[in-house]
Amino acid sequence: MSFLEVEEINVFYGDVQVIFDLSLHVEEGEVVSIIGGNGAGKSTLLKTISCLLHPQSGQIRFENALLQNATPEEIVARGIVQVPEGRRLFSLMSVYDNLVVGAYNRRAAGSQEESLQQVYTMFPRLKERTSQIAMTLSGGEQQMVAIARGLMARPKLLMLDEPSLGLAPVLIKSIFKTIRAIADQGTTVLLVEQDVNHSLSLSDRGYVLEHGRIAMEGQAAHLLEDPHIKAAYLGL
Amino acid sequence: MIFVLEDTINGILMGSIYGLTALGLTIIFGVLKVINFAHGSMLMVGMYVAYWAVALTGLHPYMALFVVVPVMFFFGYYVQDLIIKPIFKAEKEVREPITVIIVTTGIWYILDNLTLLLFGPDYRILQDNPLRGKMLEAGQMLISVPKLWGFCAAVVTAASVYVFFQKTRMGRAIRATSLDREAASLMGINQYKVYNIAFGIGTASAGIAAITLVPFFNVYPTVGVLFDIKGFIIVVLGGLGSIWGAIVGGIIIGLIESVAPQFMTATWTEAIVYGLFLLVLFVKPSGLFGVKYDW
Repeated sequence: MSFLEVEEINVFYGDVQVIFDLSLHVEEGEVVSIIGGNGAGKSTLLKTISCLLHPQSGQIRFENALLQNATPEEIVARGIVQVPEGRRLFSLMSVYDNLVVGAYNRRAAGSQEESLQQVYTMFPRLKERTSQIAMTLSGGEQQMVAIARGLMARPKLLMLDEPSLGLAPVLIKSIFKTIRAIADQGTTVLLVEQDVNHSLSLSDRGYVLEHGRIAMEGQAAHLLEDPHIKAAYLGL
Repeated sequence: MIFVLEDTINGILMGSIYGLTALGLTIIFGVLKVINFAHGSMLMVGMYVAYWAVALTGLHPYMALFVVVPVMFFFGYYVQDLIIKPIFKAEKEVREPITVIIVTTGIWYILDNLTLLLFGPDYRILQDNPLRGKMLEAGQMLISVPKLWGFCAAVVTAASVYVFFQKTRMGRAIRATSLDREAASLMGINQYKVYNIAFGIGTASAGIAAITLVPFFNVYPTVGVLFDIKGFIIVVLGGLGSIWGAIVGGIIIGLIESVAPQFMTATWTEAIVYGLFLLVLFVKPSGLFGVKYDW
């Protein structure tokens, strides 16, 4: 059994079907990328795993337990944490307050101080800005807070939704480096990205999502060499 | 001149009590994003609880805090949990579901009429309680003692709520939910539990306001309506969702009501209040202490 196992899910927004018979799996310790264009269903997939949405059919299992009809906060308690698209910081709260809210769930609350030291070591910049209001931070700093807030929840599986969105190329590089570092410390990472080159470069495996279906899957290195991907996503 | 000063002081004192009655309204709006039309009725329920607690025991009115605050907290908690939550769940996709507002209006009517049924339309006032009619002489001025107590209660309550929201785990979770409820649930926060607690805190603060009123104000089934309308003006004036905005907004209304009659016919005060209300809406729609949210 896989760490995370998604089996033939169909997801709808009202009457509109967004995801069709989608299956994928993530093993413990892996970094897996899901790539695809706008509207391919990437964010919907993450929202479904986080139980913000529920599939009409199909199953999702995490550590062999079924995530049927769970609430988003139960998912966090089980160790799946999503860093949402567009960062979604608590805009009028300080960096410190944002981070502490990240450690709200019972599993993480006990080790809050320890987690705080860890994320400050990973992002020394945030330690300098600890009392600054989140919405006044730069885009790159906001993304750091978003990832750090996710880490504060002590994830077993960290899901990142387009962490590179709207960032300058230099910052994108450093964010991906950070993600690699998080994975190297033993957290399983599921990464959703439009930046195909960067995300596949740091991943073990990848899935290509097109119109709500898995169009291709395989080792990240192989996908990077694939002519279809080169043409459609890398512009080569 | 001394009269103006006296009226100013008494206006600030009464105004802070108005602010306290509106505090729960602003807290509940700040978190749930819906106006609770039953707020005045919850204040009325609080006044009846306070009235009976004092009338039956003969204790100092403020001793009723120990009864009223927990009773009102759980009253608010369960009104949200049992009546309002199911509507929120059914309208998950809507950010500010109008149906919830209609439901709170229903709660208003039910509470007012249930009280009428149980206690009749009589006006009740706490006879011979130690605060009734007490005046403090300062120079040539007379300051109302029960209103002075009310002022202290308002400041202490607002400060406690503020500190609770800023410094505690649950307070931070409440603020996070009010800023972005989806992101908050992705951080493991149960949105509906936060709503219950926010509703409980809002109702408990209406209970404290009720205690400040009971020593000098009549208690009757529709007393809440009086404070409802004032409360809406106060929270919009101060900024919806702002704790200190509610207190300052209340003090502004209290000052106008108390000082203006010195200079003009008393009936003009309402016109000034509503005029100022419109002016603030034109100039700063988010209210004096309101913040522009960008979610």
